[in-house]
Parts: sequence; structure tokens; C-alpha cells
Amino acid sequence: MTNTIPEIGKAACIFVIGSNTAAAHPIIGRQINRAVGNGAKLIVADPREIMVCRMADVWLRHQPGTDVALLNAIARVIIEEKLLDTSFIKERCEGFEAFEAAVMAWDLSQAEEITGVAARQIAEAARMYASTSPATILYAMGITQHSHGTDNVKAVANLALLTGNIGKPSSGVNPLRGQNNVQGACDMGALPDVFPGYQKVDDPEIRKKFEKAWDCKLNATPGLTLCEIFEAAHSGKVKALYLLGENPVLTEADTNFVEEAISHLELLVVQDIFLTETAQMADVVLPAASFAEKDGTFTNTERRVQRVRKAIEPVGNTRSDWMIICDTAKNMGAKGFDFNKPEEIMEEIRSLTPIYGGITYERIDEAGVQWPCPDTEHSGTPYLYAERFTTPGGRGQFTPISYTPSAEVTSHEYPLILTTRRSIFHYHSTMSRKVAGLNTLRGEEQVEINPVDAAGLEIEDGETVKVVSRRGTVRAKAKISKITPPGVVSMTFHYTETRTNVLTHSALDPIAKIPELKVCAVKIEREIDYRTEYWGWGTGKD
Amino acid sequence: MPNQPMTNHISLNINGLDVKAPEGATILKAAQGAGIYIPTLCYCPGLTPEGTCRICLVKIEKKKKLHPACRTPVEEGMAVITDDAEIELVRRVTLELILSDHDFNCLLCPKSGTCRLQELVNRIGFAEKRLNRLNRVAKDLPVDTSNPFFDFNPNKCIQCGICVRTCREIVGVAAIDMGYRGYELKVSTFGDKPFTESVCVSCGECVERCPVGALIPKRIEYPTREVKTTCAYCGVGCGLYLGVRGNTVIRARGDCENPVNRGELCIRGRFGYKFIHSPDRLSSPLVRAYDPLERIAHGIDETGRPGKPLTAPLVKREGKFVEVNWDQAIKYVASTLVHYKGDQFAAVSSAKCTNEENYLFQKFVRAVMGTNKIDHCARL
Ligand code: SF4
Ligand code: SF4
Ligand code: SF4
Ligand code: FES
Repeated sequence: MTNTIPEIGKAACIFVIGSNTAAAHPIIGRQINRAVGNGAKLIVADPREIMVCRMADVWLRHQPGTDVALLNAIARVIIEEKLLDTSFIKERCEGFEAFEAAVMAWDLSQAEEITGVAARQIAEAARMYASTSPATILYAMGITQHSHGTDNVKAVANLALLTGNIGKPSSGVNPLRGQNNVQGACDMGALPDVFPGYQKVDDPEIRKKFEKAWDCKLNATPGLTLCEIFEAAHSGKVKALYLLGENPVLTEADTNFVEEAISHLELLVVQDIFLTETAQMADVVLPAASFAEKDGTFTNTERRVQRVRKAIEPVGNTRSDWMIICDTAKNMGAKGFDFNKPEEIMEEIRSLTPIYGGITYERIDEAGVQWPCPDTEHSGTPYLYAERFTTPGGRGQFTPISYTPSAEVTSHEYPLILTTRRSIFHYHSTMSRKVAGLNTLRGEEQVEINPVDAAGLEIEDGETVKVVSRRGTVRAKAKISKITPPGVVSMTFHYTETRTNVLTHSALDPIAKIPELKVCAVKIEREIDYRTEYWGWGTGKD
Repeated sequence: MPNQPMTNHISLNINGLDVKAPEGATILKAAQGAGIYIPTLCYCPGLTPEGTCRICLVKIEKKKKLHPACRTPVEEGMAVITDDAEIELVRRVTLELILSDHDFNCLLCPKSGTCRLQELVNRIGFAEKRLNRLNRVAKDLPVDTSNPFFDFNPNKCIQCGICVRTCREIVGVAAIDMGYRGYELKVSTFGDKPFTESVCVSCGECVERCPVGALIPKRIEYPTREVKTTCAYCGVGCGLYLGVRGNTVIRARGDCENPVNRGELCIRGRFGYKFIHSPDRLSSPLVRAYDPLERIAHGIDETGRPGKPLTAPLVKREGKFVEVNWDQAIKYVASTLVHYKGDQFAAVSSAKCTNEENYLFQKFVRAVMGTNKIDHCARL
């Protein structure tokens, strides 16, 4: 996020795209409510009628996967009606001319056709976003989980640059990070191409620094991303895999492939708090302590590094992940893993990671500190890009983006689009499913189907249906509702009983390598076809 | 906000004391600022004051009628009396009216001890005779127990409307409202359905604020100590306090000082901590026992039923896991990993683990295993 969470409540205009904020990030959803209560304008772009739609001034119900078409159309209206912030563009950005040319080549009726949103509505949203300040954009997986997710992100950024809505309080581009510490895991270099603090592994200077600190020789070739790791495991290039608190058998795209890949491994070590579906396939399972049983830090979506404190002793014979890693490393004869407590690890982190330079346990004790925080004199950075951008020239870069359809489109055989979502009652796949009360509230998968499609398929509310894609089949109860538009169905992926990700497509975004979880083609069949059962009429299928 | 300009201060007089208050403040705020107590019931910080309960009535010089302190703004030169015989009487009658249709049975009420109504009864008191005359037939409405985390007992409800305002103004869900009229007035969901059939998202914010025992957690337990920490579910990173008793986490509540959530929590943060003590937790290292492990696994009981507590390391044997101790498990992992150094090895870190653990893990992968093949679920 480029801003802090409370800043959202003070924005005059909020544009939510591809984020079911009220369900996935409830506390941020409440900031939207607060802002609207104070008179802010709200624009929502989502194929599904999510909770925040009720408060929206404009709701753009575009087809899944057509975000670029929509965003470009909005940009065109802004340029055409001269609502752009010319001085901001002149002083702080570059690449505007190429972007303008690309956008102007794109007319509104084309966008209307692709997105399914009326041109009038697009124009209304454009005027609202461009003329109400400060305006802020919130987005989440609905933007990134596409085979063209990077394009989507850039198209969002273009809009913010165009109107100068970035680098100010309550005004910016705010990707909402999913897992509690996904920001921290990225910051700490749990990525194939960077060391902690986004320092490139293929930069010799940087490597030298880490080689010196860690007293070893380091590999200069960037590694593989998650999906590529499973591909390499499948083809036998990767033979051993060490998994920390992850359940890819349920959460990765195209999970049948993932399961196959795992079965090809010679060694799978899983370190987790539960015997997850993935752990059941492991050779060694190491029981870890939960967040209540250890000290450390999490970094939230607004880059705030906050303390996690040990409340109870580890349950049973479990151990903290950091201890297990240290023990294993020491057992292999490695140096540099003699830590007595997490605070000592943080001291090493901050000595090597400039953006965390001023993060000490003492300083974050009360309320946390937002990075970049280069030294212990610095009080942290609530919003980014106040004076310059992180591009080499320090200027905001416009990127001309053209619309590409999703990797898998509907066909005669698979006529529906499946888009995945999260329920407010659960999180990913494991933790919340172990809480009895949460299961009482939502204990099974529901496929949301529009009444129009349901009528065509003669499906009744609550009956079990088969959802079939080119990769597999799952069963779930149908929930007939107008939340999803005709032609689109939607499912969560929290339930091991209904492994939604058996269906999803693993087409990757070429740069970010994110699988296209938000769009794949499916068909829905009734579990029992009464017409053949009882009347023997047959339907042409068996 | 620290960089906001100083607001103008207004001088007024409360109970003969000169008091200063910022412009726009209510009499209640001004009094509280000066350390003067005014009883309240339907007032709740952070919500629009509605002034329905009339417990906070005060006198303002040169004005007729009594005014609710919780929603009357201060004015320059105002003189306020918060406490005299007349006010006492009015408050007492008001309280008696509230009590008259309240299921007044503190001994059996789980809220007893932290109930605001009880507190007011102790402070203001009531005349038993008058109360008996006022007393209506005690309500006997059904208790809504549909929600797994809290109950709603309408017989205890005092119609203060705090829950309704909380759900509308803070949560933005507006699952509940005041339904019916007069004596029948009650908090209800749309169509008076059970909570679980309404749009309620079970966040528990209304339960947290209900002053009496009407909206009440299913189990009330008081922790012996509280530990300040951060929610482990989503990227918002709400600050919370885990309440601990013995070695068990029994409660979570929002941290009011935390700038991210200012005391609020969602359903997962407030109730989701229960996974910590799930019987499904792993409790021993497990190893799948192939040949080289016969020795290690020798004489160790087989476990490995999925869903079994995992609180010790486990190893698998012929498709089955055997429990081993930590030394064995670590030795096994370390001695096996040695053979996979370099490009045959890959690792997946976790967005659930701490920064320190992610740092150590990537250090392990890069410095010990000699590869950059590490990623985590950022993309999912
Ligand atoms: S639990 Fe939350 S959503 Fe449900 S009624 Fe109370 S405040 Fe509203
Ligand atoms: S349920 Fe509680 S908060 Fe709601 S109106 Fe009744 S007493 Fe007030
Ligand atoms: S309480 Fe809810 S919104 Fe806050 S961090 Fe936890 S899961 Fe996220
Ligand atoms: S507290 Fe003021 S009227 Fe209820």
C-alpha cells in the first residue's frame, strides 16, 4: 500500500477494483464505510455484487478479466474531458505521450462491448475519480490473479498518475495484501530473485555484501517461482522440497498437477501446525508452534512492522519455526544460525536490509513502524512517493497497456466463467477450518449461480452440482443468487471437501508468475439428471 | 491528528467550576475532561450520540427543560448543573422505567459484575415501591442462540440502540435495527429472523459494546493475564490482546491503542484464535519410515491417522507415519538434505510465519542449500 489504513477513511473518493474488501479485509472495509459516512464518493468495479456495492455511487459490473479494457476507457474519458492533472504529469511523470496515444486509440463503444459496462457509467466513474480529491484506489487479488495481472496493475497505476492521485495523504494506489505476513515474507527475501529488502541476487555488489555477512559463496542465478517449482518437481528437476506452513494441494491452481508433482519428489519436508492435505504426502512432518506461542514480527499491508508476542508455551511437543530452521542448519554444520531469540535475528536483518534499518524491537514495541525506515532516527514512512518514485529517474512511469483476453475463454462445452473468492468466515484453507464456530457459520462450499443460468440448467437452490473444467471435477451445493452475473459462477477455496483449485487454470502472468485463479471456463451439471432417471427421455448426454 | 491547528476553546461553568472545552464538544465531553461524572447508558464513544435513554440529563441555566449531556454541544458562557435533587429524582424515575421491563435477575446473568445497568442501579438507586407499581409482566421472549459465538437475549435488552449504531456506523453492515413499537420495541434483524439467517457477519462488535447482558458471548471467561500481539489472519494486521489462563488462550480483544484497528476486530480476529487449541494440532515430529529409517523408527508406535494431533515430529513408514523425537527428526532432515544441495532443492516459505523466520529460511536456502529456489504464496 502506498498509504496507511486510517488514511482511507479520510479519502474523498475511493475506487475499489478487484477487492471484496468487506469480506477479505473487514477492517479496511470499515474504513470505506467511514469515508462514505463522511460523504466520500465510492466507485466499485466488480463482476460480483460484493458487500461494498451497497454503499457505492457507481458500480461497474464488468466481465471477469476485462479490467484493462475498463481502466483504459476510464483513462480515455479523463483525457478527453481534460480532467487530468497536467502539472503533476509534467513535473513528476514520464511516458505520457505514448500512453495517451494508446488510450485514445481505444474507443468507448469497444470497451462497452468487451466489459459489458455502459459507456455512460464508465464516463460517470471517470469524472468522479478525476474530479474528487483526494482519491484513492484499493485493489486485491481480483486484479493480480490473471494471466495479464501485471498489465492490470500498471493500468491501475496509470490512472493514479493521470490524476495526480498518488504520493499524498489519503491518495494513492493500495494493493491489499492477503495473508497476515505476505508483505513481510516478500520484504525478507522469500522470493527467487531478491535478498531481503528487494536487493537483487544477480547484482554482484549486493551478493558480495551478503557473502561477507553470511560467510559463504552465493548462487547468482535467480531461482524459480512457486508454480515453476511445481513444474520442475513434476519434470524431476527438483527432487527435494522443504515447505513451511503452506498447503499448495488446496490453494495452488490446477491442484491435480500439483499433487502429481509432489508425488514425483524424492523428499518432501513439511513444517506446519496441522497435518494438512500437503503434509499427509510428506516424508517428514515437523510440528510448528502457532503465532501465540512465539515472539517475532509481522509486516502488514501498509508496511507496518508490528510485534508478535508469545502468549503461551508451545502446545504439545511443537517448536517455533525459527528454532527448527536453526537446528537443522546447525546440524548440517552451517555457521550463522546461533540465535537465542528472535530479537537477535531482527538485529541481523536490519544490518543487511536498508528499508528495515531502523526497525528495532524497542522502537516497534508500542504501535509498529512503517518501512522504509533507514535508521533509528527515522520515524517511518506512512505514505510512499511523496517526492519521488522508485524508478531510476524518480519519475512516475506511464505504461501503454493493451487489452488481452484471459487465457481460457468460454466455449460451447464450457460456457460459464468460474471466478474464485474468499468467504468472510474463513481465511485460506487450514486455520479457520479448525474453529468449530466458523464451520457452523459456513461449513461447506457453495457455488454461486445466477438464477438465469440456474433456470437454464434446471438447478434448484441447495442441490449438489458437479462443476467441471478441462482439468477436473468437484461437487458442491448450488446457491442461486444474483450476486454473480449471468454466465459467471463463483466459489471459494477453503474446503478440502470441495477442492475448487482442481478446476482453476495455471496460466501464468509472464512477469509476476501469478496463476489465473480469477478466470477459467467451466460447465455445471446436475448430480442426478432427473429427466433421464425418471422419464428415460435422455438429454443427448448420458 | 498532531498537525491539526489548535481548535478554539470555549469557557463554561459546570457545577460552579470553570471548565474549558474545544468547540463542538458536548457537555458530557467537557465534564469528563474536567473529571466530573455524569451517568450515561446509551452513549458510546465513537458512535453518534442519540440521546434516547435520558439518564444523562443535566440542567442548563436560563433554559427550560433538562438536556441530555451526551448530545448537547457546549456554548460560550454556559452554566451547567449535573447534579441536584431534581435531577436525581428524574434519573431515578428514568432508571425505574428501564428496570420495569428488564429481566432484572442479576444473580443468574453472565454480565453481572461488568454490567452498566447494574452500575447505575448502584449509583442512582431506585424506590422499590414505585418500581413494583411500574413493573410490567416480565418479558419472556425467546433467546436467539443461533450464532455460534454469541446469544441475543431480548429480555435483557434496554433498547439503548448501541448495537444498531455499531453495526451501521462502524461495521457498515446494518444487520439489525429497532423493530416494532412501544412496549414491543426490540432489536431485530431484517424480518426478525435468527442472526445467522440475516446479513450479520458475526464480527461481535455489537456484543463488545452492549452495556448489559442482552448481546452476550456464549462463554464468558476472565483471563489471568493478557498479551499484546498481532492478528495472524489477514494483511490488515490488527493489534489484539490474547487473554490467557494457564497455558490456554481463552479470549481475544482488539487493542484500542493500535493505529490500524483502534480496538476493532473482525470475526476471524475475535473468534478465530480457537485454532490454537484445536485437537488437530500436530504434536510430534513424523517421519515416513523407509529403509534407512528402520533403525530410527524401531520400536516406535505407528500413528499417522490424518487429523491426529501433531505435536511431535513424525516420520512415515511404508506409507505410514511414525512418531520420532526432535533429535531424530532434525538429524534425519539434515542428513538427507545434504544430498540435495544445489539445484535439486527448492523451498517454499510461508506468509504465515514471522519476518525473522522468513529471513532465516531464505538464509538457510541460499547460504546452506546454495540455491535461490525459494518462493512463498504471495501470488495466491
Ligand atoms: S455481530 Fe457484527 S454484523 Fe452482526 S449484528 Fe453485531 S455488529 Fe452487526
Ligand atoms: S442489545 Fe444491548 S446494545 Fe443493543 S439495544 Fe439492547 S441493550 Fe442496547
Ligand atoms: S482481525 Fe480481521 S481484519 Fe484484522 S488482521 Fe485479523 S483477520 Fe484481518
Ligand atoms: S447517555 Fe445521554 S441520553 Fe443516554
